[in-house]
Amino acid sequence: MLKWVRKGIQTGIKTTAYPPGAETAPGVSPGRPKVQKWGEADTTHPLIEVCPTGALTGADHRISVDYARCIHCYRCRRQTPTPMFWDESFEWAESTERNEALQSPFSRSLHIRFVDAGACGACLSEIKQLNNPFYNIHRLGFFFTPTPRSADVLLVAGPVTDHMRLALKKTYEAMPTPKRIVAVGTCALSGGVFGPSFASAGGVNEILPVDVEVPGCPPPPLALLHALLVVSGKAQPHGPRVSPDRDESEDRR
Amino acid sequence: MSLAPTNGFRWLDLPKAVAGLWQGRIESSVDESKSTVSFECPPKHLQELCTYLFSTEGYSFATLVAEDETFEWVLRYIFYGGPGAGQVHVICRSPLSEPCIPSISPQIHAADWQEREAEDLFGLVFEGHPRLGDFVLHEEWPDGVNPMRKSFDATRPYAHRERDPKWQPESILEARGAFMMPIGPVFSDHAESAHFLLETVGEDVLRSIPRFFYKYRGVEKIAEGKKVDDALLLAERFSGTSAFAHSMAFCQAVESLCGTEAPARAKALRVLLAELERFRHHVAAIAGICSSTALAVAASSAGILEEETLRLTGRFLGHRYLFGLNTPGGLMTDFTDEQCREVNQGLWRLLENLRTLQDMLRFTSSFLDRLEEVGMVSQEKARSYGLVGPVARASGISRDLRISQPYGHYDGRFKFHVPREEEGDGYARLRILFSEAEQSVNLVNQVVSSLPPGPVRVPLSFSAGSALGWIEAPRGAAFHWIRLGPDGRVLRYRVMTPSFVNWHGFHLAAEDFAFQDFPIIMATFGLSNAECDR
Repeated sequence: MLKWVRKGIQTGIKTTAYPPGAETAPGVSPGRPKVQKWGEADTTHPLIEVCPTGALTGADHRISVDYARCIHCYRCRRQTPTPMFWDESFEWAESTERNEALQSPFSRSLHIRFVDAGACGACLSEIKQLNNPFYNIHRLGFFFTPTPRSADVLLVAGPVTDHMRLALKKTYEAMPTPKRIVAVGTCALSGGVFGPSFASAGGVNEILPVDVEVPGCPPPPLALLHALLVVSGKAQPHGPRVSPDRDESEDRR
Repeated sequence: MSLAPTNGFRWLDLPKAVAGLWQGRIESSVDESKSTVSFECPPKHLQELCTYLFSTEGYSFATLVAEDETFEWVLRYIFYGGPGAGQVHVICRSPLSEPCIPSISPQIHAADWQEREAEDLFGLVFEGHPRLGDFVLHEEWPDGVNPMRKSFDATRPYAHRERDPKWQPESILEARGAFMMPIGPVFSDHAESAHFLLETVGEDVLRSIPRFFYKYRGVEKIAEGKKVDDALLLAERFSGTSAFAHSMAFCQAVESLCGTEAPARAKALRVLLAELERFRHHVAAIAGICSSTALAVAASSAGILEEETLRLTGRFLGHRYLFGLNTPGGLMTDFTDEQCREVNQGLWRLLENLRTLQDMLRFTSSFLDRLEEVGMVSQEKARSYGLVGPVARASGISRDLRISQPYGHYDGRFKFHVPREEEGDGYARLRILFSEAEQSVNLVNQVVSSLPPGPVRVPLSFSAGSALGWIEAPRGAAFHWIRLGPDGRVLRYRVMTPSFVNWHGFHLAAEDFAFQDFPIIMATFGLSNAECDR
């Protein structure tokens, strides 16, 4: 057993500085297209045509991104002569309008109940990473709990398949109030590539009231961490999803 | 059931042998470019022919593709052989008004779940099948609704009947103190949705009854009518942890259909990316096994390796799970030789750490105690269930499509070794994962040292027709069969995945075991329900 103790010590500290510091390691986020100005942008711009999910829309000489639809297919970056600029950020969690004072009852520790409502496995894998030494959510007082009876937060991934609908509802009903729902990944926000269809609802919002949305396909662990911080009031949610007022095309490198 | 040696056996001789045995009642055709023999088999000879292929000639059952065409049912049973034995398609037709086909499951148990699936989704009846009904579609679906039929509208939500939330399963076991322990579909940690009923008399679980398809998203159905580029997104995203493998199999099917090959550089890079994905998958599976045995430091070490692999991938190749790379005709983007070298060097560093972990685990008796002789699958059972991938290789079956059905640049130019273990227990499966991860890094190294120059993509012109694509995905053999219409849209898409096949055999390993071993047995199988349910 001593060798394991030694190995643990030898490995050193791997944990990210986020929060409150910044995470600068490369490869922690897949990145995503950035809202940007485009001289000729209108509804028939080639960049908009190349997007298979309709996440890109053009208006007022600007290409906007609906992150609830973006699936990181990279087509607006790799399949066009004039690629969109992608940023490498990860603070993607957005607060829905349901709750103005999200943080009030949840400023200390959070107990999280996860439900897989038809996720492909990538979101799930990123959720699993939250417990590895790099992200180690325990240090922030966040815990996965086996039972909905002691959960504060319901984390849902997937488009909500018809077969998981009942299990999801029962889990939600078993949770004590106050409670929050975090929808993880593009499928949980809009159904992604799967729905709505005959077999899935096309997003958690169709079934339950979502409080925090984490777009991404899949959202990286740091985005999930950001979402939990938003629930506990320790971080600000990302701004409105479509067309921010300030012009970000200045940031193009 | 004997597996005839396929050494020297040539698939070209098969039509003659079959013609002799059935006196010309079964028509055959040969497609040399695809190493495929097709038989037009009347229903009354179906069982005999399939049994002959499976038991006498040693072919493995790949998948059953059902199609309801305008006037008739077309059922395509796809078999694949060992090296040099090619593939066999057995095509069986029946009038649309007669959806009754003889079942081949009594002879070929590997077809059991696939027939049940076709019964549920198409309304086909397999005569002689011991157990049909309640499989993919759960109880909220009324009887007689068959979503895979052409007439079913898949775009609109389907109004289900209410499910009875008080439903309780019936116990089969009759003994003092016997009860049924339900687990799932929501698990206590962040496991994927599935349901298991454990029949137990206390500590010991006598058998487990799994129930899947909680995550059924109808991928095969919603792909219908889509353009190839849009269907690709489904192929890539229905199982995120083996996205590259499945998108590659899909692209290979489309390329084969169009009669176009991806350029050499794309094929080489596909090997690199597929092996990188295999490495990451195996490291994740090892991390899963370590945490299922509650060995915290080992679980953390493996977790670190997994995240480092993800970061390496994200840093040099874009997406952490390799989304958005494959496209019919090659790859969406090229990587510089420098980027590939960086990936290779990164992988060697990770492999070194993985070896250290393996050495430490090998001498940790408390860990080994929990894996050895746990979740046994015998070679005979593994063969009759047609198990694939690391699970099969741990039970003495060295089945690997990279060797037996070469595709892309796995045509013998890269040297690698397919590990095999005999014990069929949890520890054997763990050892397979370690040695395959090592072989994958080895392969990446060979690719990087011989990367051909040139383009990574050729344009394709889609034509009507059908083709099969296959790949040795991280969890085992995967088959994608696609039919395109004259407008280049998908008419029928069929996916058979290693998780589907191996979950079928899971109950073999989960029989007569101590309750606390259940998560360990699950972890050593390392399967994905998303991949199974589709």
